Amino acid sequence: MGWKNYLRQFLRDLKSQKLRAALTLFGLVWGTTAVTLLLAFGEGLQGRMMKNIRGLGENIVICWPAQTSKPWEGLPRNRKIIVKDDDITALRREIPGMTAISGEYSARNKKFKVGHKVIVPGLTGANPVFAAMRNLIPQQGGRYVDDLDMDERRRVVFLGDGLKQDLFGDTDAVGKYVNVNGMPFLVVGVMTAKSQDSSYQGRDKDRASIPATTFRAMYGQQEYGNFVFQVADADKVEIAKDKVIATLAKIHRFDPTDAEAVRMWDVTENEKFMHSFMLGFRIFLGVMGVLTLVVGGIGVSNIMNVVVEERTKEIGVKMALGARQRMVVTQFLFETLLLTVIGGTIGFLISWGICAAFPAKFDEFVGTPVISLQGGVVTTALLGLIGFLAGYFPARAAARLNPVEALRL
Amino acid sequence: MFGNGRNGKNGKEGQNGVSNGAIIALTGIRKVYDTGAVKVEALRKVDLEIKRNEFVAIVGPSGSGKSTLMNIIGCLDTATEGSYRLRGEEVAGMSIDRLSDIRNRRIGFVFQNFNLLPQLTAFENVEMPLLFKGAPAKERRERVETLFEQVGLADRMQHRPVELSGGQMQRVAIARALACEPDIVLADEPTGNLDSAAGSDIIGKFEELWAKGHTLVLITHDGAIARRTRRIVHVQDGTVVDDAPAA
Repeated sequence: MGWKNYLRQFLRDLKSQKLRAALTLFGLVWGTTAVTLLLAFGEGLQGRMMKNIRGLGENIVICWPAQTSKPWEGLPRNRKIIVKDDDITALRREIPGMTAISGEYSARNKKFKVGHKVIVPGLTGANPVFAAMRNLIPQQGGRYVDDLDMDERRRVVFLGDGLKQDLFGDTDAVGKYVNVNGMPFLVVGVMTAKSQDSSYQGRDKDRASIPATTFRAMYGQQEYGNFVFQVADADKVEIAKDKVIATLAKIHRFDPTDAEAVRMWDVTENEKFMHSFMLGFRIFLGVMGVLTLVVGGIGVSNIMNVVVEERTKEIGVKMALGARQRMVVTQFLFETLLLTVIGGTIGFLISWGICAAFPAKFDEFVGTPVISLQGGVVTTALLGLIGFLAGYFPARAAARLNPVEALRL
Repeated sequence: MFGNGRNGKNGKEGQNGVSNGAIIALTGIRKVYDTGAVKVEALRKVDLEIKRNEFVAIVGPSGSGKSTLMNIIGCLDTATEGSYRLRGEEVAGMSIDRLSDIRNRRIGFVFQNFNLLPQLTAFENVEMPLLFKGAPAKERRERVETLFEQVGLADRMQHRPVELSGGQMQRVAIARALACEPDIVLADEPTGNLDSAAGSDIIGKFEELWAKGHTLVLITHDGAIARRTRRIVHVQDGTVVDDAPAA
């Protein structure tokens, strides 16, 4: 018997057993949809979380000069380490693996005024490279602080998108002025909205940046609150960190093993943690998915077993007419496999549809689910295997029937 | 000159070149059903020969073993002991698939309850043995159409079994039994589910087939039907008690 005959027989069986076929298919569709959606949402969530983590910046280390905790070369402990622009210049010169470094002045006492609106946001004074390190990307038609601003100590300001909204509403801000403690600052750029789940002085969307030189000149502050540096390769971060400490230790004369002198926040550590967390998460999802499919497979197997029992008579007649065992087995295997494939395809299409129709506004919270080809292939292979196993036992039961017994029913 | 029944009374012995001319030769057939606690001896030492173009009725009360005998002749069941040669070929010890092939090509079955598959059309029911045989589509179609003409149901081919009368269903079953040109047609109480007119019609059909040269074995408990065959084998208590030409 060719596959065409099996197919014809399958279609006829579907027609005569509409309810059962529908229920079996429903189980398979449900299983596949659950698995693919689980994987797709996991993928989306992972993407979202990685994006959030990178919101702060990629491969960056944020350093806070603090106090020594060990005596060194006759000097007592509890000495305050003060980092100024010279130190930043020295670090930039000494450490070759470093792609960017910027000191950061911080203030939280400057009044921003536009019309009658007054806000006191977090204010950063930084170098132009700060933007690239910390993912402060200007919206179209704007820019971040640039070298000319630095050289001429211009009164220009770059606004976080939230802050801009609070000050200017929906109207354009670039080219307008903000009064900062009574002095007019030209808005040169507004940050592109980004997601950020970690911060050290408040979210970037609610902050403002001005040139470090301007900050220094206007507020008379030399000492940086912190500095940020970036390394091209995540693997080189540790070496760079050690070199930063060593360099500063030499300049300020403190013990290079003193962990308290300069505190560091290495964001790549978060990423490393996230990677292992997501791996665990995906394994969990995978196991859940496989279990769901197995339960579905058991359901199909059960139904096919019932089918074999109900069709004992038919099997008996066929055997009496000379059907070989293999034909009976093939028929049942073929039916379960086809049901599995059809159910799997429908489930996959439903998941795909759900992902395609997933509202973009939820992206901020759970990410956008992604149906992955990899997941599709794995699900299909698993479904195939389960379909085969689900069909095998009923088929074996069918083949073991004694034609005489089968006919007697 | 009249033969002794055992050898039949058709004059075509030896025609198929098999020893003794027998299509079916059972020697010392014994069948024991082992139900665990009890062993039931359904057949004990049955010897039976059926030659080409015989028309035989196997009769006996219920429980006599005639159904077991028919199952063994039809290769639906295997004997516990004894030899069964089908056209000279020993059937005992054959593999399951070989037995399937034998049923497919050598034996045609007609059942009391027709055993047509309800989800198939009459055409597809008759086509089934040809599918199992592996015949190509064109050959199947031609063969099935010829068979429907033979049984006088050419206009009913696309009907489902439920749309047919009992007599018509049994004629479809006869067409199916003949599909692969079997050596022998086995009919188990073929008129049991039919009214007397339809039953008589079916027996008429069998007589027609016999006249054309087919070999037929009928199982029945109805004496009137048995008398329309040419040889009556009485089975009782698992053995053949009488074997004589029909009166």
